[in-house]
Amino acid sequence: MSYSDKVLDHYNNPRNVGSFAKDDPNVGTGVVGAPECGDVMKLQLKINDSGVIEDARFKTFGCGSAIASSSYVTELVKGKHIDEAMAIKNTLIVKELNLPPVKIHCSVLAEDAIKAAISDWKKHKDGAEEPQAARAQEK
Amino acid sequence: MVKTPIYMDNHATTPCDPRVLDAMMPYFTTKFGNAASRNHSFGWEAEEAVDKARNQLASIINAKAKEIIFTSGATESDNLAIKGVVEFYKDKGNHVITCVTEHKAVLDSCRALERQGKATVTYLPVDKHGMVDPDDVRKAITDKTVLISIMYANNEIGTIHPIREIGRIAKEKEVIFHCDAVQAVGKIPVDVEKDGIDLLAMSGHKIYGPKGVGALYVRSKGPRVRLTPIIDGGGHERGMRSGTLNVTGIVGFGAACEIAAKELPEEARRLTELRNRLQAGLFERLDEIYLNGHPTERLPGNLNVSFAYVEGESLLMGINDVAVSSGSACTSATLEPSYVIRALGINEELAHSSIRFGLGRFNTADEVDYVADRVTREVKRLREMSPLYEMAKEGIDLKSVQWKA
Ligand SMILES: Cc1ncc(COP(=O)(O)O)c(C=O)c1O
Repeated sequence: MSYSDKVLDHYNNPRNVGSFAKDDPNVGTGVVGAPECGDVMKLQLKINDSGVIEDARFKTFGCGSAIASSSYVTELVKGKHIDEAMAIKNTLIVKELNLPPVKIHCSVLAEDAIKAAISDWKKHKDGAEEPQAARAQEK
Repeated sequence: MVKTPIYMDNHATTPCDPRVLDAMMPYFTTKFGNAASRNHSFGWEAEEAVDKARNQLASIINAKAKEIIFTSGATESDNLAIKGVVEFYKDKGNHVITCVTEHKAVLDSCRALERQGKATVTYLPVDKHGMVDPDDVRKAITDKTVLISIMYANNEIGTIHPIREIGRIAKEKEVIFHCDAVQAVGKIPVDVEKDGIDLLAMSGHKIYGPKGVGALYVRSKGPRVRLTPIIDGGGHERGMRSGTLNVTGIVGFGAACEIAAKELPEEARRLTELRNRLQAGLFERLDEIYLNGHPTERLPGNLNVSFAYVEGESLLMGINDVAVSSGSACTSATLEPSYVIRALGINEELAHSSIRFGLGRFNTADEVDYVADRVTREVKRLREMSPLYEMAKEGIDLKSVQWKA
């Protein structure tokens, strides 16, 4: 299988790799996927009080398309309001990165990661729960 | 500096040796006869060439020339052996014994027979090194068992099965023993007499011969093994495999066997050294990497390693000037991680992280050093990107995490 130029670019020069402090109240962390399935994405979003995503970081265990999807998503969500970010569909990622049908699940995972990170942020904003970066979040 | 891309996937296929190609050339051009043409020199010339190749094949496995049946490849040989025996001996029994890490050519032939109601099949497990226990073979034999099919050496993890012991059990119990020896022939000594093998599949393109040619050894005496053909036609190959012989391919296969047999001891030593160098180069520089397959009973050119916390396909992508293969789901047509690696009972994540290095005749020490460097660098880079590596370093037990996929 050959990769699209955009996948290759994100794979070779991934954007926003890294982690934020898990206990930062402005950070929402989403961990989706499972090691035995061959993909785990961790997406962290730094969200301000008006609900705007100021910064993003990712770490991904997975194939090149999974790495590229998460890298692309960190760029995509920056500056967006969480309501806008929640509306991002995996099909946008598929289109932007030219993912072949067998790699669509990577884009689904990236969409899930956004949602998981935002709902994590909401949870501990509401004071309901401490952020739990180490625990896998619900889809 | 080494020349890239580097080919290190010699279990998948091997390049045709230039000496093999030289032997084949005349049979494409001036010596194009049909080996079955009995009444002119073109036919005789082709037949002579086929006879020579038959001897070259027989000699590398210590068989007799007339026991060699040419086929289109080992996939056909495995099909013919398994389906042919089950069909021919159907009045005697219908039970087949094989093992979970066999090649698909064997496993799917067995499954087809099960589906058609022609056989019941026992799939023996393997130990953590991928080896079948001969005792399990013995215990699985019933009075209905007509065939045991166990490969000589595994194509993914390189583990060499205790073939001689299995052969002895098969003899003692008077069950026919088929051995897929595709990865073993020409790489390690194979002897159908000493090993007690009754049927043996081999392939041209795994030993520096051409693709599209294979052979099945069929024992003629002690016992004489009979088969029902799976391809009907002009009755070539003593009726066991009809079809005009692929003379050029057969000539190349023969030449490849002769070269491999002659160079085997020296080449096995050289490849073992190169393999150990690669293994040391990786294990000395990276933590949390695991050898898949048997530590010692292993093909000389094989190294299969899982790099924890790094997904195999992404690693292949990072070392794109090196051709190796991965047990990762993402690289397989079925989107499942390798069934061979999973059969070892290691955790699923490590199956996704496995890489197979297949060293061959044309690899050099410089290439090995280059590959070890390249892989080390890329594994480190990908681990920096891996949430699993981060969690592990934080002391989180990944097994205790509730993943929601
Ligand atoms: C163990 C084993 N058996 C059978 C085959 C099939 O051989 P061929 O490509 O000649 O059909 C292969 C090659 O992939 C193999 O490694």
